[in-house]
Amino acid sequence: MTTLTQEFSKGIVQENPVFRLVLGMCPTLAVTVSAMNALGMGISVIVVLLCSNIVVSAVRNVVPAKVRIPAYIMIIATFVTIVEMVLSAFAPELFDALGIFIPLIVVNCIILGRAEAFARKNTIGRSIIDALGIGLGYTLSLTLLGVIRELFGTGSILGYPVMGTAFEPMGVLAVAPGAFITLGILLGLFNYLFKRLGIE
Amino acid sequence: MNLLAIVFVAILANNIVFNQFLGICPYLGVSKRLETSLGMGIAVTFVMAMAAIVTWVVYNYVLWPLHLEYLRTIAFILIIAGLVQLVETILKKTNPTLFRALGIFLPLITTNCTILGVAILNIQAEHNIIETVVYSISVAVGFTLALVIMAGIRERLDLANVSSYLRGAAVSLVTAGILSLAFMGFSGMMTL
Repeated sequence: MTTLTQEFSKGIVQENPVFRLVLGMCPTLAVTVSAMNALGMGISVIVVLLCSNIVVSAVRNVVPAKVRIPAYIMIIATFVTIVEMVLSAFAPELFDALGIFIPLIVVNCIILGRAEAFARKNTIGRSIIDALGIGLGYTLSLTLLGVIRELFGTGSILGYPVMGTAFEPMGVLAVAPGAFITLGILLGLFNYLFKRLGIE
Repeated sequence: MNLLAIVFVAILANNIVFNQFLGICPYLGVSKRLETSLGMGIAVTFVMAMAAIVTWVVYNYVLWPLHLEYLRTIAFILIIAGLVQLVETILKKTNPTLFRALGIFLPLITTNCTILGVAILNIQAEHNIIETVVYSISVAVGFTLALVIMAGIRERLDLANVSSYLRGAAVSLVTAGILSLAFMGFSGMMTL
């Protein structure tokens, strides 16, 4: 039996969704143009993951195994719709920047993956911890990528210029190829780090 | 809107994988061999065209007249999941050969974000039914193209001497970045 702390930290390190499990790649590449967008996406995913994990765990003894996947997708889609409406009402700028990737949280494999692999077999309490850990791991990874791309792509962090006037922004990092290459290199770097630190 | 422009932009200039970042999971997962990526591409084309038509009809004739636009995400994912199941059942009964070829890809397609993504993009761009069909098929062809190019590269990449830390997803992503750079050249030629 793993302790709650281990349950929480595994989502950030051993089972980091981006760098270890390589899940949820589409939004990871698409919204990390700036740190702010990455953070917004990460928080939206945490909210949906947390709510869906709670509900899936709560109904785990009621839903027949045969129809569980459609049932989980419906639960997830409901919370995604709520997040969509809240964002468009209270954070219209972020809503426009994230665009189609807000409704696409429904098909983010991390969320369905946690429902299937964790929440349906565990209590509500453990599912909450799991959702927070995995969600935070995802948000941190997204933000790291967002900070790197924003810093070198436009010379600023969260919209504030930090590199000085002599810095020539590397435009390629702010567009599509930069997303792929930055994530690829980071993935390799983390593989190396994990190997060195002996985390498997 | 010029249909030819839609085809060009959807396949090359705004390629779904290299420019819109949709369908990265199958792109990384299924692009190991040429035959499997072709199979996946055909299955996606088939489902995407059908899903786009059904979601377009449902949105324009059910959700919009009833002012239920906020149910879009839920309705669309339900339609796609049902459709995939339907295609699977029909294929199994009527065409076992095709089913054996495409069968393993079909369950994966429900969570392929290109299908839901294209359904939503069609609504956002306010395409009519003909534009919807042309756009969806073009996007699917673009997706297949990306998968096939990557599979061709990957078959050679397996023989190359790549650092053990970069093997797998990491080197595939860097390769995708270089391909994406090449595809960016098309975006200067035509935009919608």
